[in-house]
Order: sequence, then structure tokens, then C-alpha cells
Amino acid sequence: MEIVYVYVKKRSEFGKQCNFSDRQAELNIDIMPNPELAEQFVERNPVDTGIQCSISMSEHEANSERFEMETRGVNHVEGGWPKDVNPLELEQTIRFRKKVEKDENYVNAIMQLGSIMEHCIKQNNAIDIYEEYFNDEEAVEVTEEDPSAKTINVFRDPQEIKRAATHLSWHPDGNRKLAVAYSCLDFQRAPVGMSSDSYIWDLENPNKPELALKPSSPLVTLEFNPKDSHVLLGGCYNGQIACWDTRKGSLVAELSTIESSHRDPVYGTIWLQSKTGTECFSASTDGQVMWWDIRKMSEPTEVVILDITKKEQLENALGAISLEFESTLPTKFMVGTEQGIVISCNRKAKTSAEKIVCTFPGHHGPIYALQRNPFYPKNFLTVGDWTARIWSEDSRESSIMWTKYHMAYLTDAAWSPVRPAVFFTTRMDGTLDIWDFMFEQCDPTLSLKVCDEALFCLRVQDNGCLIACGSQLGTTTLLEVSPGLSTLQRNEKNVASSMFERETRREKILEARHREMRLKEKGKAEGRDEEQTDEELAVDLEALVSKAEEEFFDIIFAELKKKEADAIKLTPVPQQPSPEEDQVVEEGEEAAGEEGDEEVEEDLA
Amino acid sequence: MTPVEETLKRIQSHKGVIGTMVVNAEGIPIRTTLDNSTTVQYAGLLHHLTMKAKSTVRDIDPQNDLTFLRIRSKKHEIMVAPDKEYLLIVIQNPCE
Repeated sequence: MEIVYVYVKKRSEFGKQCNFSDRQAELNIDIMPNPELAEQFVERNPVDTGIQCSISMSEHEANSERFEMETRGVNHVEGGWPKDVNPLELEQTIRFRKKVEKDENYVNAIMQLGSIMEHCIKQNNAIDIYEEYFNDEEAVEVTEEDPSAKTINVFRDPQEIKRAATHLSWHPDGNRKLAVAYSCLDFQRAPVGMSSDSYIWDLENPNKPELALKPSSPLVTLEFNPKDSHVLLGGCYNGQIACWDTRKGSLVAELSTIESSHRDPVYGTIWLQSKTGTECFSASTDGQVMWWDIRKMSEPTEVVILDITKKEQLENALGAISLEFESTLPTKFMVGTEQGIVISCNRKAKTSAEKIVCTFPGHHGPIYALQRNPFYPKNFLTVGDWTARIWSEDSRESSIMWTKYHMAYLTDAAWSPVRPAVFFTTRMDGTLDIWDFMFEQCDPTLSLKVCDEALFCLRVQDNGCLIACGSQLGTTTLLEVSPGLSTLQRNEKNVASSMFERETRREKILEARHREMRLKEKGKAEGRDEEQTDEELAVDLEALVSKAEEEFFDIIFAELKKKEADAIKLTPVPQQPSPEEDQVVEEGEEAAGEEGDEEVEEDLA
Repeated sequence: MTPVEETLKRIQSHKGVIGTMVVNAEGIPIRTTLDNSTTVQYAGLLHHLTMKAKSTVRDIDPQNDLTFLRIRSKKHEIMVAPDKEYLLIVIQNPCE
């Protein structure tokens, strides 16, 4: 019910002065209570209400728009001097001072102040009232606090068309700067007019990037040179490798030629430890790993094809998604592939076939992150599909430790550089997980929702305190971790190493058992029919794939038919198709096996 | 030597004293043992601070007044003795 009161004023009277007058109160509307409404309420007696004898106030929060700030310096001129004295003229100032010193007030003031001052000085010299009494005792370790992390800063992509932040790299000296590579990784879905710039941000200034790097094609990866902090290496979306020198500006300093570069986006670029500090290598999903010297970018110094059948066929090669290199083990490097296999390679092998040392299968999907533990290089962390796994180089059949399957795809992971049992992972639902294996192995110690969109990359600063993560809309968030998670605990190194060793031993025992069982079965089968076993062992990819597809679709159709039958039976009851579908997906995956998975997953997507 | 100079010299010669300066009401350093830029910086900044401290003390109790101001920092202690027209500032490194 709307109550309207109309005020009327003649047009000719607009602007006239107001003549106020008193009048009696008029009753405009009288709304009688409606007893029917009272039926909807129940009387309550007694009533318990809290009352305060103070003003009731309300609290309201508001977030203002981003305020752009700039810091500028101001140059002051010496002031305070009286008008007739020019502060720059030495004689005039000296004369002025001498004049003041002759003043009687001055003399009295100084005598008096001087005595007070001397008293205090002597006091200071006699006793140091602020001395530390218990310096010798160690500070009590406060490990009882809950692990926490808070966002310190957010760097947003200044471009209109948002791109994902695909790679981050901390500045090697002092960690005050962050280089972020932006690109759109959706295949051929990069929006028209998307800028290909990537930025270097200064942590103090989140409003504007410090430097923009302008390549010809968007950068997928970006790394600072650990030896020379002015040089950056970037891997482009079109397969080229580009090199910048920040002293020279934002245009590319060196660019590899298109013919000799990769044919797919470059997903991993790492600088090598060399005397000249100019060597690097890159990997891409076209199945090649190339070594470059940035002084001569026209062609790579070396190329390795990731063909695990060791025939060096590019058609059989596995696409590389992540690259790992530890400077303490300079001859070895590892590549994580799209097919879920980690390949460990030796750089110094004589023939190219020998370069590939061994493979570690185990993930169902592309391995998006691969890193060795900085304290125990024999153990490395991989992230792919919905789990994170820890491997040991000795155990080649499977990982030694793994996390449970998450609800969202894991996109990146990193070890903490200060604590051997702590690592961080990011997920497609925008969550950052911090795992502390000393504390709990089943669940992350801390799980933070950083943003609503997917997080694509993660980098921990060398002091272990600051973490930067990049999201799908190009927002880079800087988080600070609580000191409990970034200081080495007592005994941590021993505990972590014994944990890894224990798990490795367990896997070895399991492997040995599996091998025994397989040999036994082989022995039995050989006793029956020797020819059959040979044929079975031959890997026929095509047949396997088609068989897997058939089985998968059969299962799906069977489930769908069952669902329809159920629905017809129980029409009024609403259906719950999701758990059944999940079951279908899982069963289908198990039947399909590793090779068929890629195509099957694409169909689902 | 004038008694003023003697006093200032005596203050400067105490153990741990790094510098002494006398500043007038406008912030102009009359006498100083430190270099010019440092003096100007100290004079300007401490002048404001002393005024603020003085007004704080008097706001709380109008019959009260600031007699001495001591700022203890990690590296040293800055002591300011205010007067109607002048400020005597001494920087001391206590004990150690």
C-alpha cells in the first residue's frame, strides 16, 4: 500500500520567498491495526531482551576504488632565516649567529639548559636503563601458533583484455621484483587485440608495472638469469625463445629464428649454470628439448627428442610441459610430459639415444610442475591430474608418496626453500594449499582460497616467506606465510630424510613383490603357450585405444539406459545423476588405461 | 672563554656524546658540532617534535610544561632541552 502526499505549487510562484505559517496538525492517513495479522504471531511471555545504556551505533565497511598513488620527492631550501639574511651567504649567516650569541637571553638560556642536560648525560652514563637483562637466554620457540598466510599485495593486469598469468619469476638479488609472463593458453582462442606484453613488477608499486616486455608473441614462460639480474629469458607462444636486457629497454634483445625454434608453445625455459652465464635450455610440447646460447640465437646448440622408445622419431615423441634442472646436479635434467610420464635425462651422454636415462610413469594427465627437493635432490615433486606426488629417483615404477585426489585439477607446485617437508600447490578452483609433511600427510596444513578464478602458477621466494601466485585473469597475488611455516624446525631435516627413505624402501619392497608375481605368472603362461605371450606383450596402440573407447562408451550407454529405466520407475522423485556420472567416469578411466586417456578426457571436456 | 662556550665544550666532552647543537625558535642552528646538513635536518625535525610534545603536555594539564625530551633509539639517544626561545640538542651514545 503506497501512501502518497502531493505537494502543489504554481509555476508562477517558483523562486518566490517562502512564507512559513503555522497550522494545526492534519491527519492524512490513519492505518488501523489489522487483527488478522496478529494471528500470524504467537505471544511470548516473558521476553528476554538485552539492553544497553549506550547509543546504538552501526558499523559499515566500504571499499573505495583503487587510488593511484605516485611517490615524488621535493627539494627544500633552507628556511627560517630572517629576511635580511641570505642562507647561502656564509658571512651573513656567521654574522647572524654571532649576534645571537651575544644576546643575554641566549647566555642565560644556555647556562640553564646546559646544567639540565649535563644531569641527564651523566645519568645515561651511569646506568643504561634500557639494557637487555636476559640476552643470554635463547628466545622461546613459538611453534604453537596456527599456520596462517595472508595476502600482502595484488598486482592486476593493466590490460583491458585479461590474460592468464602463466609464469612467475623472482628477481635473483633481493627479491624486490617479480617478472610475470602473460598469455592465453586456450588453443586458438586468444581474443583479438590481446596484448602480448609481459611485465616486471616492483613489489612496492602494485599500481603500475615497472617495465613492460614486448615480444612478438605472448610469453608462456619467463625467467630471470640467476647470474645477471638484468637479463631475462622468455619462451613464446609461437615456439620462439626471446631474451631481454632490462638495461636496453622493453624490446627483445635476442630472438631465436622461427625455423630452428620449437613448433609448439615453449612451456619450460631454464638458465643453466655455466661460466659465461649465457646458456639456457627450453622444452615444448612438440617433443623437443633445445639448448641455446643467448649470444647466438639463430639455432640451438643441441636438440634432444623426447622419444622414450629411443628411436628418435618426432612422431613418437612426448610433449614436454615442465622442465627441471638443479644446479647441484648439472648433468642431469628432468622433463615432465603431457602424457603423464617424467623423463630423466643425462646431458652428457655420448649418443642421443643414451640421453634418456629412465622414465617415471604414474600420472594420468600432463605433469604441470616438476621440482626437486632443495634439501634432498633425489626426491622430486610432481603435480599432474588431481594429485601431487613425491618420487624418489631410486624407485622407478611408482611414486613414493602421493596426496589424495582433489576436486579440482592441480596446476603448479613448489617446495619451500627453507623447510624440506613443506610444499605448496595451486588448484584450478583458485585455492592455494600448503602441505607440511612433518605435521600431517593426508591433508594440506593450510588451504587458502586466493581468488575465484583458477590459479595457474606459483613461485616461492628464496626466504620461504613470500609466495606469489598468478591467476587466470592475470592477477598476481603476493602472500606472506606465517613464520612457523618458513623457519626450519628442530630435527626437521632428519625427520624428512628418514620419511623419504622409509617410503622409498616401502616402494622398493612392493616393486620386488610385483616383479616376483609377474615372473611367476610369466612362468605359468610360458608353460602353457609360449607364442601367445609374445604377441600379447607387443604394444598395439591403435587396437588398445579403440578397444578402450568401445568399452568406455558401452559402460556409459549401459548406465544411461539404467538411469532412464530408474527414472521411469520413480518419476515423481527427483533424480540425482551426479554420483552415477562420477562413477561412470571413474570406471571408464580404469578401463581405458594410460594411452587412451588423452582422447577420452578431451571427449568429456 | 665565555661561560657559554665552556658549558658547551664540557657537554661535548662527556663520554658517549656524539654531537651538540643550539637551535633558535625559528629552527636556525646557532651553534653546532655536527656538519651542516645533519644539523639542519635535526633542527627542523626536532623543533616540530618539541613543539608537539610541549603542546601535548600542556593540553593534558595546562599548568604543566615540558622540561626535557628524550628519544631513545636503537643507535643512540637524542636529548632535547627546550627553552622559550632556544633548544639545546645533544646526541649521545649511552654506555656502550
